Amino acid sequence: MAALEEFLASQATGDLLPWSAQRAAMARFDLGCAQVEAAALAAGLLPARYQRNRTTISTAGQLKLLRSSVAVVGCGGLGGYAIEQLARLGVGRLVVIDPDRFEEHNLNRQLLSTLAELGRAKVEAAERRVAAINPAVAVTPHRVALDATNGAALLAGVEVVIDALDSIPVRLELSQACASLGLPLVHGAIGGWYGHVATQLPGDRIIDQLYGGAIEPRGVEQELGNPSFTPAVIASLQVAEACKVLLGEGLLLRGRQLHVDLWSMEFVELSPGPPCR
Amino acid sequence: MQIKVRLHGVFRIGRFKEEVRDVPSGMTARAVVEQLQIPTRQVGTVLIGGVHAGIDDQLPDGAVLSILPILGGG
Repeated sequence: MAALEEFLASQATGDLLPWSAQRAAMARFDLGCAQVEAAALAAGLLPARYQRNRTTISTAGQLKLLRSSVAVVGCGGLGGYAIEQLARLGVGRLVVIDPDRFEEHNLNRQLLSTLAELGRAKVEAAERRVAAINPAVAVTPHRVALDATNGAALLAGVEVVIDALDSIPVRLELSQACASLGLPLVHGAIGGWYGHVATQLPGDRIIDQLYGGAIEPRGVEQELGNPSFTPAVIASLQVAEACKVLLGEGLLLRGRQLHVDLWSMEFVELSPGPPCR
Repeated sequence: MQIKVRLHGVFRIGRFKEEVRDVPSGMTARAVVEQLQIPTRQVGTVLIGGVHAGIDDQLPDGAVLSILPILGGG
């Protein structure tokens, strides 16, 4: 690997490694994109695509993200934006889970939906999109519905789970699966102009608190629908939380629920006491 | 007794953001929800004094009751 490091150092401008050099290294040493990126980051070289991350995320942090794995459960409104942002952030492995195919009514808000993708599987669209954005990111698609029987197997090996589901009973099952695996869960949900975000660490019970009394499998989004901007806002907040969990930095929305009201343009933090044990 | 009711999200439309109300002693959160003609199935989080509560919990005098809609979309 010394030859690779030497080559990368010779191709870098300062500590920035341009994409052309990354590609040249992949060809010369017969390596994948992620392998070259890991070698560059370990040598203190920053792939140029991440230069605007600098100081927000250090080169060491960028390597940590590349070595991380996140599951996105649901590849619709929230999931599409979350996958896009995680790929651009440079999270190395994404497990994406959704049983559905794109339909016309997804086009108003779901980032991965296009006319060309109608009728095609959402997880496969996610895989194509990520490959087009950042080939250092490996996507594992699962075109299945998560449930109590398969949750633990689907999520095994990831470090953070993003809840981008549209079903309350499945959210409760996802929370159970995360609890059994000891995984942090970044929860988000939307309806109309409104959304909320909360991060549940192992041992916390925020999902039970939010949905334990639910009467129906869906919320007020049944009546309100979901416009284009609400999933973008809430998914962005979820990715910020996931990024902090992975880096082990920053202050999480733990034991707190951020309620977002885009109609009144209010962000209200509800702090209903310490996390339940 | 007097309580303060704080509504969030879609519950504010046609109602209010915050209101002090005179209610009978021992009233539950559910009774307030029904009085405000909010469909119970739409109720998500109920906080009494900022702490998660059940919809059938009784409200103490001077309570601040926050009612949030249930959001399930993704």
